[in-house]
Amino acid sequence: MNPLQRYAPLVDDEEAFFAACERPLPSVVRVNTIKTTVARAREALDDEGVAYEPTDWHPGILKLEDSSPGTNWPYFHGWLHGQEEVSALPAIALDPQPGERVWDTCAAPGSKTTQIAAMMDDEGVLVGNDNNLGRLSALRHNAERLGVTNLVVSNQDARNFSMKPFGERTPGKAGSFEQFDRVLVDAPCSCEGTCRKNPDVLDEWTMNHVKSVAGIQKGILRRAVQVTKAGGTVVYSTCTFAPEENEAILDFVLEREDCEVVEWDVPDGFETAPGITEWEGDEYDPSVTKARRVYPHHNDTGGFFTAKLEVTA
Amino acid sequence: MSDDTAPDENWGQQFDRLPPTADDRVVEGRPSREEVIDWWDERFGVDPAVFDGYTFWEKGAGKIWAFHGEVVDPIEVEGLGMRILRTRQRHWKPSTNAVQRFCGDATKNVIELSPGEAKAFVDGHDQQLDRWEGDWGYLTAAHEIAGELEPLGVGLYLHGELRSTVPKGRQEELVKLD
Repeated sequence: MNPLQRYAPLVDDEEAFFAACERPLPSVVRVNTIKTTVARAREALDDEGVAYEPTDWHPGILKLEDSSPGTNWPYFHGWLHGQEEVSALPAIALDPQPGERVWDTCAAPGSKTTQIAAMMDDEGVLVGNDNNLGRLSALRHNAERLGVTNLVVSNQDARNFSMKPFGERTPGKAGSFEQFDRVLVDAPCSCEGTCRKNPDVLDEWTMNHVKSVAGIQKGILRRAVQVTKAGGTVVYSTCTFAPEENEAILDFVLEREDCEVVEWDVPDGFETAPGITEWEGDEYDPSVTKARRVYPHHNDTGGFFTAKLEVTA
Repeated sequence: MSDDTAPDENWGQQFDRLPPTADDRVVEGRPSREEVIDWWDERFGVDPAVFDGYTFWEKGAGKIWAFHGEVVDPIEVEGLGMRILRTRQRHWKPSTNAVQRFCGDATKNVIELSPGEAKAFVDGHDQQLDRWEGDWGYLTAAHEIAGELEPLGVGLYLHGELRSTVPKGRQEELVKLD
């Protein structure tokens, strides 16, 4: 079964949705402002003869007209990072500030992490965590190539993430802290939203996987809320359309932890749909409509889900 | 556990903060913050103010990391900022990533490469460059891109030859874009 059929009742234009899911995605790069400016990166691409078009909604996110096989100096210098266009959304919702303490729970290979570092002006404490040691080496490599210097790389299970390494038990000691200002949970998921890049995800999809990964998502999001200070922000994102992994996870955590779903500023010119409150007989908290769904036909991107939570106590 | 480690030992599993100056040194052989900042200034003319707000750490013997923030000392994590320098050897060796990050405005020991030389350097080739009349040792290799000089990485200059130290993983990046 093609899992995308499940979501036909959710979309505004079924035909456009299925047609977009069939088309391959354009290559997209993000300009890394830790090492250069958008203007200089674009000048370098022009000099190399690499054709690109800036996205409508972000001057530093560039669609390449074709993957250039030739030499690419701006990439070597760490001025550019390949990142799917839609995956720039969670960091924008998170809105991290220079000098803050931020935790990226599932960070490898680091596209969103390094985007967060750039938004922090590469200053503060950004903890990039992943439970997979192999994937962590990709995170380290990408972060160093992009010149990130405010990243702490950690290797823990995010569901029971310990604050002990950060001095939780020695609060009087310089540099120690117990809570974060902001946390990104870009959760492992069933990934149908990436089908334009990797169609295999549709063949590999099973309901059993949805159920097992939902348990992990709940555990990570709960822990994220627990280690965020009151008034702080948690962003939950996935690249799946499955309500079981999106609104259902928010609903579960809203009942158990001190937090609420809040609106976030979607960039102008980027089309989204609200989160849904009913799915296959289940009902979700009405506030989940503040989350944003992105379907591939809306902006010619991958599929995505992003919710912003404010921690209340 | 770190708690069992005597303060005068260098312990490979955790990051230990560098002492501010040589006078504050407890662990033998560990460079001080001041010595590290002076080294970048003396070798490449990097303005010490560039490192304001940075903390410096050692993990394993001689591997120095720069972190643009504050965390508790010691700290047991997998990475902390960027590996910038290899010390505890006669000639301290800067990393490719650090030279790219901090030597954009370097004023000393910067060798400018032509487009062909830059390509060979990044591909890992050593090349005879007799025109260099400056110091031997570790140089910042740079080339012009988008109208300005930009550091490529670290070259070791000896006997008229510039040896590339660009790591294998970075060499492939000149052709990768997707």
